[in-house]
Amino acid sequence: MSEASGSLRTLEADAAARRVRRNWLLSLPALTLLLVGASGPLLIVLVYSFLKPGDFSGVIWEPSFNAWFQILFSRDIFDDTIGLADAHLTIFWRSVRLSLSTTLITLLLGLPTAYFIATRSGRQRMFWLFLITIPFWTNLLIRTFAILEMLRNEGIVNNALIDLGVIAEPLQILYTDTAVLIGMSYVYLPLMVLPLYAAIERLDFRLVEAGYDLYANRVQVFRRIILPIIKPGIVAGSILVFVPSLGAYVTPRVLGGGKNMMIGNFIELQFGQGRNWPLGASLSILLLFIVMAALLLYVRASSREEPHG
Amino acid sequence: MAERRRKTFSVRQLPGVTPITMACFAALYAPIVIIVIYSFNAGDSVALWQGFSFRWYAIAAENELVQEATIRSLVIALWASGISTVLATMAALGTTRTARFPGNTFIYVMINQPLMVPEIVTAVALLIFFASIKVATGYSGLGYLILAHSAFCVPFAYLPIRARLEGMDRTLEIAAADLYATPWQTFRRVTLPLVLPGIVAGAMLAFVISLDDVIITEFVKSAGQDTLPTYMLGQLRRAVTPEVNAISTALLGLTIVLLTAFFLLTGRGNDKKP
Repeated sequence: MSEASGSLRTLEADAAARRVRRNWLLSLPALTLLLVGASGPLLIVLVYSFLKPGDFSGVIWEPSFNAWFQILFSRDIFDDTIGLADAHLTIFWRSVRLSLSTTLITLLLGLPTAYFIATRSGRQRMFWLFLITIPFWTNLLIRTFAILEMLRNEGIVNNALIDLGVIAEPLQILYTDTAVLIGMSYVYLPLMVLPLYAAIERLDFRLVEAGYDLYANRVQVFRRIILPIIKPGIVAGSILVFVPSLGAYVTPRVLGGGKNMMIGNFIELQFGQGRNWPLGASLSILLLFIVMAALLLYVRASSREEPHG
Repeated sequence: MAERRRKTFSVRQLPGVTPITMACFAALYAPIVIIVIYSFNAGDSVALWQGFSFRWYAIAAENELVQEATIRSLVIALWASGISTVLATMAALGTTRTARFPGNTFIYVMINQPLMVPEIVTAVALLIFFASIKVATGYSGLGYLILAHSAFCVPFAYLPIRARLEGMDRTLEIAAADLYATPWQTFRRVTLPLVLPGIVAGAMLAFVISLDDVIITEFVKSAGQDTLPTYMLGQLRRAVTPEVNAISTALLGLTIVLLTAFFLLTGRGNDKKP
């Protein structure tokens, strides 16, 4: 409290020093739970990635780098030559391509949306913010399922297009990369809007007005004033969308069918039909590293931006 | 002068912003609204409207698998939100009511770890870990699911509680301590009542998150342990009936009720979403 007198502040410091020193011990139960239920098992995955696959599932406890080798290379079963694992590369490329496209689409749609919300006044702003949060918290599966309903051959989109006379036959959208892209953009759009909103909300519009007063046009104002200030929000939103997109499992499984897999589905395959747990483990660790690298870039970018924002 | 006034006024109106925003909201809501509408369809089709009826709700309610999955989902979500909220409250107290020490960042990273690691990776890790425990102990009950859910719910419960604790005026706690209240009395009589809205909000968030989880549940569950989301995921492989629409709508309704309460509890829409 600001009106706290000097003596009260001394008392506060005193009490803090006396009673509060070992309060961090209260975090231990939560840390233990997370160690057992989240972080610890990741170490087991790391170990498994250096073992040999068991015959049906599981692993044989023999050290091997084979799983890591298999990520990129395959040995021909007939002539033993080593080549690039085309199937894996296709899946990696699809994952990266779809995740980047999703990020770009959600950015292009999310930026105006966030700008719109941030420029509303008081209660209106809360209303729009609430509207964007509802789909965000709606079960991912339900949202993916909703898109499935829209895109199916006899679904709303095809029916509408046929009724309008745009097409004569229903388009096969479902079970294509396009369907996965539409689904992921739909599912992750709120994740982009929220950090963008937080950044734009902090924007001092007097700067924009000053820009106009100095005869800058709208493009110049956007490029020279708004964009530099909201850049941390753009970076945050992009990371928040890119990271879950890359590891997406439900959306590609439901909308992509069995064929249009992404890394997440490919990992699952190794633990199911593929019966290659070490390969699945090494792919998981690889995915984890990519995500951590992205997060690290974000932390560095945002801490560098701090003084300006 | 009039020229400049017009320009100044247009600061909040960049071209294209409003139409794109409206298109976004329409696109966000249209699919969900359609699901809700067709859950009341009398016919068998998910695309052809044949009149209003509660038929699919009745069919879903009578389906034993759905009944079991609903109960299982609720049991797991109650346990997981309970456990994670208690532990998150302790951790939030431990991280806000403490002198700074070197381990602070470590604790923060650990608690938020489930938000940073891709869910599929956590799911795989738990699959491996629990599979070996299952073999070793022979136990294959709901305990694994409750443990896993509790763990990934911790950050969701932690964030609103911590936000509340950080925003709280500490003079009352200090006054209580000065008046010779024991730490427990201070907590019970002063801190807890003040932080309660944050705790309830955190618990509700954890409940929703547990109720909605698909991936980790799908990997950790033993045979016959479907929750509502994994049951729905399984159904999607077959021909889709409006029954799934009905279940979705019911879940959606529950989520919206809980989140509206969450918004009201945390004040004016706390947008510090993880």
